[in-house]
Amino acid sequence: MKPKVAFYWCASCGGCEEAVVDLDEKILDVANAVDIVFWPVALDFKEHHVEAMPDGSILASFINGAIRNSDQLKMAKLLRAKSQVVVAFGVCAQLGGIPGLANLSDAKGIFAEVFGDGVAPVRFHRENGHSLSLPEFFDTVVELDRVIDVDYYVPGCPPTPKIIGDALGVLLGSDLPPKGTVLAPDQALCEQCPRKDTRPEKLLLKEFKRVHQVVADQQTCLLAQGLACLGPGTRAGCEAMCIRGNMPCTGCFGPTSRVRDFGAKALSALASVIDSNDEVEIARILEALPDPAGTFYRYSLPSSLLGRRRME
Amino acid sequence: MPEAFEPKIVAFFCNWCTYLAADLAGTSRIKYAPNTRVVRVMCSGRVDPQFILDAFAKGADGVLIGGCHPGDCHYQEGNYKALRRFMLLKRLVKQMGIEEDRLRLEWISAAEGERVKTVVNDMVEKLRALGPRVPARRREVA
Repeated sequence: MKPKVAFYWCASCGGCEEAVVDLDEKILDVANAVDIVFWPVALDFKEHHVEAMPDGSILASFINGAIRNSDQLKMAKLLRAKSQVVVAFGVCAQLGGIPGLANLSDAKGIFAEVFGDGVAPVRFHRENGHSLSLPEFFDTVVELDRVIDVDYYVPGCPPTPKIIGDALGVLLGSDLPPKGTVLAPDQALCEQCPRKDTRPEKLLLKEFKRVHQVVADQQTCLLAQGLACLGPGTRAGCEAMCIRGNMPCTGCFGPTSRVRDFGAKALSALASVIDSNDEVEIARILEALPDPAGTFYRYSLPSSLLGRRRME
Repeated sequence: MPEAFEPKIVAFFCNWCTYLAADLAGTSRIKYAPNTRVVRVMCSGRVDPQFILDAFAKGADGVLIGGCHPGDCHYQEGNYKALRRFMLLKRLVKQMGIEEDRLRLEWISAAEGERVKTVVNDMVEKLRALGPRVPARRREVA
């Protein structure tokens, strides 16, 4: 009998689902090697099918997306009970991801922003003897391992086909890595960067530039050109896809194992290359980074040390 | 009667200047508010922004970093690195809803025992006015 696997999505954009489909013909190998027993985006299995399975009968559940409402929380717990291994798939499940930026606000603030004076959704409604309910919308978005036990992490926004293929290879192999392993190389992206050799030994900048302000040279280190590239603080594994597209790294593979708070470390790395000892000039140089939280915690706010903006 | 609020300050003092200044304040029997928990580091440049956020996350009401005056760093420019990081971190911390007065960087030389007193007393006063910092506790979902 083939091992059973499940895929599920929580607070995510669907990009991680696309990433699985992006395996192209390799997905046929996957389908040959395993039985997919649950995958709402592609297959017609329902929640009650999962509920009917014996505990631990699924070999691995790949859950992408952060946890932002009570329904996602319930499904995460259900899949945990039914699975031997749970993989946090993609950076939203791993660190909170883009949906995690909602932690700069709260449920009330978000509803006010989105619905304004318009018709806001209510959680419960009764009509002609029928009742409807919506999941509870949490104030705070959290990463997956804050609500259930997670065995492995596959980083990326989204994970690349190579990273997914390698991860599947590891999981189907006989020699499982220690629990908690992030299934990507534990080194900085700069190590994999095709422009590595153009990075100066001692990098100092008088100016940061934003991507829309400059046509970047296609050969030289982007950080050396003044673009806020987070490669020095980001885990490798994406094979520098963005840099190959002439865009700076925004940090979607998260930190290496030595770093607790990705944003703090990335901030530290960027601030250190400022070539000035003068407060006024430093302030002027930093103006080119107008949104530190959005820049450094773009994918990791819920997993950061502070986790969220202080609630009023 | 409820106890008066005593702010907790985590203070990172560099080994060569500010820590010696605090030592001097002690041997000179200068009295100042007992609200700091001093952590000696070799250089203000060693203060990783992670240390500061961790202090806040664990309930500090304020974080104070003390280093050598510009030009006086024992390691040439560790204090300048501290300054650059501090200026960026200050803006990040503000976005996280932590008031400006809760994070402070001061240059205090080994001779300035008196200044340790002024700075700490002033910070304690400001933190008292702000009140206890309500940690930005994530809502623990069930």
